[in-house]
Amino acid sequence: MYLTDGAEEILETMWISLEEKDQTFVSVDYIKEIEKDTHFDELVQFVAELVEKGLVVKDEAKLTLTQAGTIEGKDMVRRHRLSERLFEDVLQIKGEMMNEAACKMEHILHKGIDENICTLLGHPQICPHGKNIPVGRCCEENRKSSQKLVTSLAESPINQEAKIAYLHTDDPQKLQKLMAMGVLPGKNVKVLNHYPSYVFQVGHSQYAVDKSMAEKIFVRLI
Amino acid sequence: MPVLEAPQAQAQKKIALVGNPNVGKSLIFNHLSGSYATVSNYPGTTVGVMRGKLKVQGVQAEVVDTPGMYSLISITEEERVARSILMEGNLDLVIHVADAKNLDRMLPFTLQLIEAGFPLILCLNMADELEQRNLSINKEELQKELGIPVVLTAAVTGKGISQLKAEIQKFNQEENQREKDFFPDAFKSVLKEIQSNLKGTYPIQTHAIASLLLQEDIEAVRWVKENDSASFHAIQETINHAKTLYSHSLQYELALSRQKEVERIVNNVFVGESSKRTGFAEKLSQWMMQPLTGLPILAVVLYFGLYKFVGVFGGGTLVDLIEGGLFEGYINPFLVNLFEKIIPWQTFRDLFTGEYGVLTLGVRYAVALVLPIVGAFFLFFAMIEDSGYLPRLAMLVDRVFKKIGLNGRAVIPIVLGFGCDTMATIVTRILETKRERVIATLLLALAIPCSAQLGVILAVLAPYPSALLVWVGVIALEFLFIGYLAAKAMPGEKPSFYMELPPMRFPKISNVFLKTMSRMEWYFKEVFPLFIFASVLIWVGQVTGIFQFLVHSLEPVVQALGLPKEASVAFLFGFFRRDYGAAGLFDLNDAGIMTGVNLLVACVTLTLFLPCVAQFLVMKKEHGMKITLGISAFVLVLALGTGYVLNKLLVGIGWSF
Repeated sequence: MYLTDGAEEILETMWISLEEKDQTFVSVDYIKEIEKDTHFDELVQFVAELVEKGLVVKDEAKLTLTQAGTIEGKDMVRRHRLSERLFEDVLQIKGEMMNEAACKMEHILHKGIDENICTLLGHPQICPHGKNIPVGRCCEENRKSSQKLVTSLAESPINQEAKIAYLHTDDPQKLQKLMAMGVLPGKNVKVLNHYPSYVFQVGHSQYAVDKSMAEKIFVRLI
Repeated sequence: MPVLEAPQAQAQKKIALVGNPNVGKSLIFNHLSGSYATVSNYPGTTVGVMRGKLKVQGVQAEVVDTPGMYSLISITEEERVARSILMEGNLDLVIHVADAKNLDRMLPFTLQLIEAGFPLILCLNMADELEQRNLSINKEELQKELGIPVVLTAAVTGKGISQLKAEIQKFNQEENQREKDFFPDAFKSVLKEIQSNLKGTYPIQTHAIASLLLQEDIEAVRWVKENDSASFHAIQETINHAKTLYSHSLQYELALSRQKEVERIVNNVFVGESSKRTGFAEKLSQWMMQPLTGLPILAVVLYFGLYKFVGVFGGGTLVDLIEGGLFEGYINPFLVNLFEKIIPWQTFRDLFTGEYGVLTLGVRYAVALVLPIVGAFFLFFAMIEDSGYLPRLAMLVDRVFKKIGLNGRAVIPIVLGFGCDTMATIVTRILETKRERVIATLLLALAIPCSAQLGVILAVLAPYPSALLVWVGVIALEFLFIGYLAAKAMPGEKPSFYMELPPMRFPKISNVFLKTMSRMEWYFKEVFPLFIFASVLIWVGQVTGIFQFLVHSLEPVVQALGLPKEASVAFLFGFFRRDYGAAGLFDLNDAGIMTGVNLLVACVTLTLFLPCVAQFLVMKKEHGMKITLGISAFVLVLALGTGYVLNKLLVGIGWSF
């Protein structure tokens, strides 16, 4: 389905509000606020486009997604967050610049391309901002696949040389502890044990951690 | 020029040692102060704070050894202790002790300390291991990079200590307290902006406060709220704005940029290829961590270490020699004779040489029964501790420990508990959450027999191998079951496990010896007065008739467990010290009035029985009266209940040994 970039942005915003923030509807005012760089007339056009394609239902100032709209919105969000991952992990672009680039990139990644990138990145589950990346078909198929580029330490094969790509945890204490022990992005790491707990080596030092910690450390296999 | 050289009249200087766990701070402390802290090969042994007088000519100072900390931002209780010493200690000199071979992991903390403006010397310890790996560090270059004195030492052999002392002598506080930071340009402006809003007075330099604020350090936030309440809002704004510039938390970004700086420095000063960890030690390490090989290794360690060495050798051979040979044969008869001559009053004579006399019972128990067993245990513990086995054991048992609300790290206090539960209760501080500390304390109080108790029980039950097995089974089940229930009953954060695995190494005899001596000294200071105190108390009780009354009122309880009423004496002793009670059992056994079932039931009950007076006091100090009384009541009921059921069960099925 072809959509204009502006319509795609609205779809994305709506999906996040409805699915992740558990709103029952999205108000036109909210869209206006989020997309404040876009002229109101244009916004009206984009909404009309979405309604016409059967993705959005408009009831006065309240907007909701149809079933097709939900699927399309999820894909949009997925493409955006995959783009972020791509910039951050592979191209090593960060911060504001990454956001801007990802915003443009997401419109190019249509069906097929997003799956390729998802596979290339090793079916990541979390975007650099810590939000979940919606699961795609390729992820489900490849859930147990062997070779991934970026994977958590818990899934990294034994004795495989890897580089720490990023740490993901909502718990700042865990993050601190890992970093203080020298577990930092860019360091070479090798997993030595998976059971009964995980053992890995960074530099001259070896560490034992449990599964919940090993899952927080993401590595790029080399 | 204020140099760290104190004229006689001047107030005493303060020097603190800080650094990661397991880098040899305690050994450096020993060298500097002349007294010894315990050294070990696992993180987090120094839970208390050691203080000593500096032994450097011309410098009057107090040296403080701190628990290990990884960074200025603290997480665990022990790290908070270390940090508060740094922040509030008004220190004249801080010595950062670091592991030379892991320079890249150590330097971020050094940079933080420099940024915070502490007068600093960097002491790169374990330099001998550096040489073994064909690595070297360009000291001059590193001094230039950091702008502080750097010393290479090998505390184990004492190499480099004289240079460290020389650096302390000539340390010039002003020269080493310049503002210096290693922040990347992107952060510099943000930090400047925050700094310009910090007008109050702080214990450390304001740009270090600014960096702590950026990392959302709770204490720094509190300080600024107190000291700069007017500009706190503006500071918050600056931080919030900075946050939008980065996709990760600022903490993460700052650590990353600091790490980059460290890498640059390390590349400049570190010479040599990093070698791999290989060879037999590495293989052994792997075997220890695989359940299939690790469990048999554990069994071997326990069998030879605990059973053969502590139980049979310490509790059997040594005790027979000292107690049977020396005390029964020579010392006691001599003392009894002597006191008969010098004290004509029977009642007073009993205080010293009576059935429960200070000399014939107190000193005899302490020296002849407990000391050989505890000594043997501490020797065994020092060996496995120094070899690096404990963290590997922690890794092996982590999954099981998670089920009882603990994480693998808790093996350290639990194993130490087999030596002395009181000491182990203090060491529970290395656990991160209060929930884990309470559960570990409960399990120590309930199901972990201390070495004195263990030695006596092993000796008593040795003639009945099947009874010994039942004893082990009941105690192990109780440990797991109560741990499981406690974890269920106490909601809270799930513990997480992470631990550094130091390389396996052959224990250094001198270290093992030092460590054993220092622990035995602690133990003797702790236990000896209590033994004497208990003897006196029993004597007073006897003279006044209270003792007989208590023994008498305990008789029905003891008889409910199917035991002869004479055993109530041992139980009463158990209130003072667990091992005291167990030692009483030893006497009963010698008297030959206990059956096999009796012995088993008594051993199980006494193992689970109330913690000794010292442990009770330590529990109160660590967790407060309410929790301590709760644990004690629970333990008492459970111990007697288990003994009762076990006796009924064994008698019911007609088991005899």
